[in-house]
Amino acid sequence: MTNAAMAMTQEALAEPLLKVKNLRKLYAPGKGVDGVDFELWPGEVLGIVGESGSGKTTLLQCLSGMLTPDSGQIEYTGKQGDKLDIYKITESQRRLLLRTDWGIVHQHPRDGLRMGVSAGANIGERLMAIGERHYGNLRSTGEAWLREMEIDTARIDDLPRTFSGGMQQRLQIARNLVTQPRLVFMDEPTGGLDVSVQARLLDMLRNLVVDLGLSVVLVTHDLAVARLLSHRLMVMRGGKVVEQGLTDQILDDPQHPYSQLLVSSVLTP
Amino acid sequence: MTVMIQVTDLNKRFTLHNQGGVSYPVLTKVSFNVNAGECVVLDGRSGSGKSTLLRSLYANYKPQSGQLHVRHQGELTDLVTATPRQILTIRRQTLGYVSQFLRVIPRVSTLEVVMEPLRALGVDRETCREKASGLLRQLNIPKTLWHLAPSTFSGGEQQRVNIARGFVVDYPILLLDEPTASLDADNCAVVVSLIQQARERGAAIVGIFHDAGLRDQLADRRIPLTSPAKEDAA
Repeated sequence: MTNAAMAMTQEALAEPLLKVKNLRKLYAPGKGVDGVDFELWPGEVLGIVGESGSGKTTLLQCLSGMLTPDSGQIEYTGKQGDKLDIYKITESQRRLLLRTDWGIVHQHPRDGLRMGVSAGANIGERLMAIGERHYGNLRSTGEAWLREMEIDTARIDDLPRTFSGGMQQRLQIARNLVTQPRLVFMDEPTGGLDVSVQARLLDMLRNLVVDLGLSVVLVTHDLAVARLLSHRLMVMRGGKVVEQGLTDQILDDPQHPYSQLLVSSVLTP
Repeated sequence: MTVMIQVTDLNKRFTLHNQGGVSYPVLTKVSFNVNAGECVVLDGRSGSGKSTLLRSLYANYKPQSGQLHVRHQGELTDLVTATPRQILTIRRQTLGYVSQFLRVIPRVSTLEVVMEPLRALGVDRETCREKASGLLRQLNIPKTLWHLAPSTFSGGEQQRVNIARGFVVDYPILLLDEPTASLDADNCAVVVSLIQQARERGAAIVGIFHDAGLRDQLADRRIPLTSPAKEDAA
């Protein structure tokens, strides 16, 4: 329970982790991100929903330092309370941030994993990048994370390509969480998985977020996933945020015509 | 007497943008207070806005205007203007909401489902487990089911799991939307005693009860609701 208590202290910190101001990255009018503002607080999961082409993924790429925006500002509060302007810091500072304090979970595990090296090496890579060299430590950390992700530790020397889709996705998550990041970006983390595999992953993500007090920006088109995992929702359309607020309020009492359309279009099995 | 809920001139209207922009009011200038240790029952026909009011009190629905103050950590806070972050904290510590429907999460056991709200307050697992087990026992959920996910349970069992979850934290404010609907007499009596205990410890309770006998038994006061739209139509 120390974890939940920790999460609560974190929450009490009166400062957002991420402050996004007037972010813009347009490929064409209405294509991309067209002036987005929001704040993300420690321990908070923010879901971004909207149809394909609404700018969700572009926004995620801009936020996570992968795509330079045309204009706007992203301010991140570092571990020491230092304010970092993501596109003003040096390339090496940004890389360090991406390798330690941040995590990125891609929709397709092969975009986030090194397919040519073993599962253990995938998990160990971020640790080695920040200076861990002891083989025994790397190996035991790798095993611990495999167990945490419900992957048989006997598979530690196997290549990820021999894993099922669900296992690859769990391995990708382990690879990110090994450095205890504070902020994780997820792009459709359950997309393309069978529902049974999806349920297992969702349950795992849900627990990790609570236990580690993670802040997450979650892009998804699945409203059930958004309801389960996120505290807050932003509904995007044509690069703009048309509505944002408490997740269950937006799903149960959407105000904007587009949010209403989105919610009423879902089939319930 | 401590005012726990203060509703002032609350207006709630639904606008269906994708159905020809039809717009109808459900709550018009609703005002009332609820004190600590009081059980208030919402009265009105089906469609009169009882559930809408209760959901607004939980900030699940968004009213267009008016104020909706709840006493949280000693202070009256307006839910209409509170930020999502504030609302989540208020829900965790102050507002309990029990409906007849359990939102089932795959793979999460019954015991965990019931413990969760208490765990979210930072209470240690052992204490959470004890309190959750006590409630499940009281509500006649067989122990063999506690470690199973409730997705395969009957409607009545799921409903009782949801009630246990709603009562696991001693919330200062309880919102009850037909918690006893379709329960048998024995289980119904258990729920009534849980509600009475909550009132005795000083909780402010707002409830919707379909059963007239239950309403008479529990209501300290009634708030009649009439939806203007429905009245016009009639």
